[in-house]
Amino acid sequence: MTTPTNTGAELPLQQQESVVIRFAGDSGDGMQITGNQFTSTSAAVGNDLATLPDFPAEIRAPVGTRPGVSGFQVRFSSSDIHTPGDAPDVLVAMNPAALVVNLKDLKPGGMVILNTGNWKELDLKKARCATDPRQDGTLDGYRTIEIDINERVKQALTESGLSPKDVQRCKNFYTLGLMYWLYSRPLEPTLNWLAKKFAKKPDLVAANQTALKAGFNAGDIHEHFQTRYDVPPCTTLEPGTYRNIMGNQALSIGLVAGAQLAGLDIFLGSYPITPASDILHELAGFKNFGVRTFQAEDEIAAICSAIGASFAGHLGLTTTSGPGMALKTEAMGLAIATELPLVIVDIQRAGPSTGMPTKTEQSDLYQAVLGRNGDAPMPVVSCSTPSDCFETAIEAVRIAVQYMTPVILLSDGYIANGSEPWRLPEMESLKAFPVTFHTATEGFSPVARDEKLARPWAIPGTPGLEHRIGGLEKDGDTGNISYDAHNHERMSHLRAQKVMNVQETIPDPEVFGAESGDVLVCGWGSTAGSIRSAVEICAGRGLSVGAVHLRHIWPMAKGLDGIFSRFRTVLVPELNMGQMCRLLRSEFPKHDFASYPKVQGLPFATHELVERIEDLLKR
Amino acid sequence: MTQDAHDAGSATLTKKDFKSDQDVRWCPGCGDYSILNSVQGVLADLGIPKHQFCVVSGIGCSSRFPYYMNTYGFHSIHGRAPAIATGVKTANPELSVWMVTGDGDGLSIGGNHTIHMLRRNVGVKVLLFNNQIYGLTKGQYSPTSPVGLKTKSTPYGSIDRPFNPVQLALGAGATFVARTMDTHPKHMEKIFHEAAKHEGTAFIEIFQNCVIFNDGAFEGVAGRKVRDDRTVDLVPGEPMIYGSDHDKGLRFEGFDVVPCSADEAEAWDPTRNSTAPAQLLAELDADPTRPTAVGIFRRVDAPVFEERLNAQVDKVLETKGPGKLRDLLYTRDTWQVD
Repeated sequence: MTTPTNTGAELPLQQQESVVIRFAGDSGDGMQITGNQFTSTSAAVGNDLATLPDFPAEIRAPVGTRPGVSGFQVRFSSSDIHTPGDAPDVLVAMNPAALVVNLKDLKPGGMVILNTGNWKELDLKKARCATDPRQDGTLDGYRTIEIDINERVKQALTESGLSPKDVQRCKNFYTLGLMYWLYSRPLEPTLNWLAKKFAKKPDLVAANQTALKAGFNAGDIHEHFQTRYDVPPCTTLEPGTYRNIMGNQALSIGLVAGAQLAGLDIFLGSYPITPASDILHELAGFKNFGVRTFQAEDEIAAICSAIGASFAGHLGLTTTSGPGMALKTEAMGLAIATELPLVIVDIQRAGPSTGMPTKTEQSDLYQAVLGRNGDAPMPVVSCSTPSDCFETAIEAVRIAVQYMTPVILLSDGYIANGSEPWRLPEMESLKAFPVTFHTATEGFSPVARDEKLARPWAIPGTPGLEHRIGGLEKDGDTGNISYDAHNHERMSHLRAQKVMNVQETIPDPEVFGAESGDVLVCGWGSTAGSIRSAVEICAGRGLSVGAVHLRHIWPMAKGLDGIFSRFRTVLVPELNMGQMCRLLRSEFPKHDFASYPKVQGLPFATHELVERIEDLLKR
Repeated sequence: MTQDAHDAGSATLTKKDFKSDQDVRWCPGCGDYSILNSVQGVLADLGIPKHQFCVVSGIGCSSRFPYYMNTYGFHSIHGRAPAIATGVKTANPELSVWMVTGDGDGLSIGGNHTIHMLRRNVGVKVLLFNNQIYGLTKGQYSPTSPVGLKTKSTPYGSIDRPFNPVQLALGAGATFVARTMDTHPKHMEKIFHEAAKHEGTAFIEIFQNCVIFNDGAFEGVAGRKVRDDRTVDLVPGEPMIYGSDHDKGLRFEGFDVVPCSADEAEAWDPTRNSTAPAQLLAELDADPTRPTAVGIFRRVDAPVFEERLNAQVDKVLETKGPGKLRDLLYTRDTWQVD
């Protein structure tokens, strides 16, 4: 896998196909920035990428403690990859706590880079290390490189004029520089980023740039490493224009795109909640795209303001996570009853209750599909990777405006904060679905139906169409309040049928791997990458395994039944206690579904899925 | 739902134009009828085309209001009318948005939304029907019920200390605060006209009689026979005079409002920086020996939420130009794979 190449006077340069680095340090050490910079630079080099940030819920847990450890895993590769990797090849640990929290994940024989500047007795005590892991055998079997980064940064910045505290805040860029040297990455992207980021503080630009260069040069000077590595550009990526994108970013852009394709202005009502807040931040900056953002007093006001805006002719949006979804539930019912378009974005996180806000899970599926009072059907879509958020967001908007219905879009913390290269779509490929507000007064009824069963969108301010909507049951012909028994039954069926009609405008999902055979892996959401990798490995082993990934969660594509029929067993891996599996069993009672639940706040490792598939095949 | 033949843009509208074809189904004798009648009359007088009105409500007896108005209307969910109205008004600031709520809807389940709408100063006229009781759920005490009130849920008397809606609104930073009575259509109409003129949130507490569950709650103050002596009408710029013979007055003395003769009565100014005088006047209703203040407690100019929000959008549009989707996607940090 590695090919030494001669690079003249320098150390031998080994080519590697794929490398996983995990940066870990105190939550104040800037590990997320370090990881993101390494990612952006690797993107610029042309690698395929996947990232997995892992940070504590606390903004600043006590310094040096295990709960305060913040990590960022990046996998960069010269081949096509779908996950941030099961186990890191390299662990950068800025203190003992970062080491002990992350070491268990490292590959056997992996490299550990330790900052011994934070390795005093007190540091060990804060990390609850009875003995020094460097001396008690903990690091046996790993390649350990010890560097006093604190001291190195101090030396490099003696003339910076910064306070000792500010000097120490540059050590993440020293570390980044060192890793750039080790993996032969250019410094320019980060030098430029620093210049822009701290444009108003030239002393910080200079200090961080100096630290970055010092770290890079240290690779040559200090002889910590016997080899340098290179991961060449990925050549199997489809031709096109790429950019690195995080899930919440792609989702925000997708919502704007959806609104533009519909010809509507956006009104986002939102209340801050992890891990959804970045969408509010992102959209708040898009005012010249006709985006109005409203940080409401609570989750309920957030969705209700969006419903009000939809009534008045904007595209109402609201963004949240599980606990916020729970609070919005009654208002979702109102949007169903009043048949107004609305997109509800749920960036799922581990529950129940407050749960683990920064850890990922897919456990809001029941809540999305089933969790409302009354028979309250609503379309649900789900995105599978960071870049897929773009298309899924557009799809959610399309369904909302074409069917006059609220739509739930499920993402999760793993997708939201993860990133990958995104092959940008050609602008012409984005098909418009312009909305026409109803204006004709002749024979107007607010509950008239088109062929999709959608009612007309007649907005206040339109002469002659004055009408009232509300949460009380309405007569199916006039739109007036009705408590009539048969009318309620008719309306209940109508609401259900309208949502099922979405099936007419969605494609059947593509089958990846074997077209028929022993095992079909049926996934949804953020498990896509792990499933794809696992199926590739299985195919390599000659196993007859296929995969299908659901974007449309409710209603499901019509062709699914046929796809399921072609396999002996359907394996349903998901980051919850088996919610999708149960839903599939009730929708497709003829087929055999095997549940594979995981609820550790972490995505599936590829090898976990491969093992489970192999187990199933032995059955 | 019907569409009447009236030209919706017509400038000469009458009360009748604002009546919907739905039967009004409040209890016979309910104070809501008189409020509905007054609102329909005032809206017809405003010179605003009918299709530019939107009436938003929550849940409760009063919240059936939109169904009886032949305008755009939204009967929403319990307590959330302020949030819905904020969305409507922000999305289309041209609309004249009226919100109807009650003491339970607006001050209990929706109290949070009410205070936040007031602090933001969204351009919505808020009619809070205060009958000091839950009517639609059939007779439980509300956040404005007096201590000791015996209701279905307080058979031994309520122990909750009530809100004073006017004081709450003042405390939340409301820019227009008024109080009126269902027994006094002329007064209501005057106040509604003033509210219609106000930019920003106009909050109006209406003493409203629930004939079934809390009959006569305001009779001692708002009853036709007593109200001249038991209420003082706060009219901007006018002296605070009351009494059936216009012979009694009020003036401020330190942190107190004291009775005086009509000649000595102080002129009322609802535009002061401080809300303290208005708070003192709102507190009078706790004192049976003093008149209860009605009329306009506060009326100040302040930036209006939806105007500012839309101005921000306009300004960014002006400086950056209309956003192009392609620019959102194809940023500077792209790379090419051939």
